Amino acid sequence: MTASTYDTVAVGDTLPPLQLPPVDRTTLALFAGASGDHNAIHVDLDVARRAGMPDVFAQGMLGMAWLGRLITGWAPQSRLRQFDARFQGITHLGNAMRCSGRVVEKLEHHGERCVRIELQSANQFGQTKIVGEALVALP
Amino acid sequence: MIDKKWIGHELPASVLPIERSRLQFFAKAIGETDPVYTDAAAARDAGYRDLPAPPTFLFAAELDSGAAFRLIEDLQIPIAKLLHGEQSFSYHRPACVGDTVTVRSKISDIYDKKNGALEFVVKTSRATNQREELVAEMRSVLVCRH
Repeated sequence: MTASTYDTVAVGDTLPPLQLPPVDRTTLALFAGASGDHNAIHVDLDVARRAGMPDVFAQGMLGMAWLGRLITGWAPQSRLRQFDARFQGITHLGNAMRCSGRVVEKLEHHGERCVRIELQSANQFGQTKIVGEALVALP
Repeated sequence: MIDKKWIGHELPASVLPIERSRLQFFAKAIGETDPVYTDAAAARDAGYRDLPAPPTFLFAAELDSGAAFRLIEDLQIPIAKLLHGEQSFSYHRPACVGDTVTVRSKISDIYDKKNGALEFVVKTSRATNQREELVAEMRSVLVCRH
């Protein structure tokens, strides 16, 4: 893990990106069970089609969990103060998501030195599915 | 239209015991390979009492309890029209294996855009542990797309 400190981190620095494999049905089934999101629209093709979708698609919180991995791969989770996501598009089967992050601000927050990180999750076609932000306290 | 009478509605508390096998399953499901999330010794070396719940895990509380689905039914949002618009977490202390987290939520706002074509439901939550300490605050924006 990168030993990032407040003084060594600069605005514009990027986090090591996290490249995910293409979304498949097994991933969606496992996440349904593990996350507690049993909404059948994510695992049952018949249900998805009845809802007007061409196929099952990824749970939004799966994409946010991957962004969480991006953050905790860079700084210990105990330093994570705030984590926000806006879901902008549906992540379809076959989408190989790439999670990226960039330091956009150094600031003091509740008496701690923190960095604000802009987050993004995009597929192999460059379509952004999630944008977000994290606040991480650094030593 | 979603009835605005639900603004201020409090959901029943959802109790989520933080269990080792569930966290290991969650780590597998999201492809997490950092041993801090699967190996208690690695977690202790990193300063946690035991495996920590990953950043988004507490969202499971109201799914497991059924409170999240009951809310959708109460609000009469057809599941096919439902989207998760936004999700936020503010963290106060870790939740680790052995902790029991209770999530209490209320509906803090309901509004619409584009002459009702999009309706939004804002839910705010507090997650506390068995010592009544604040673990996290959460905010969800649900979208009903007509």
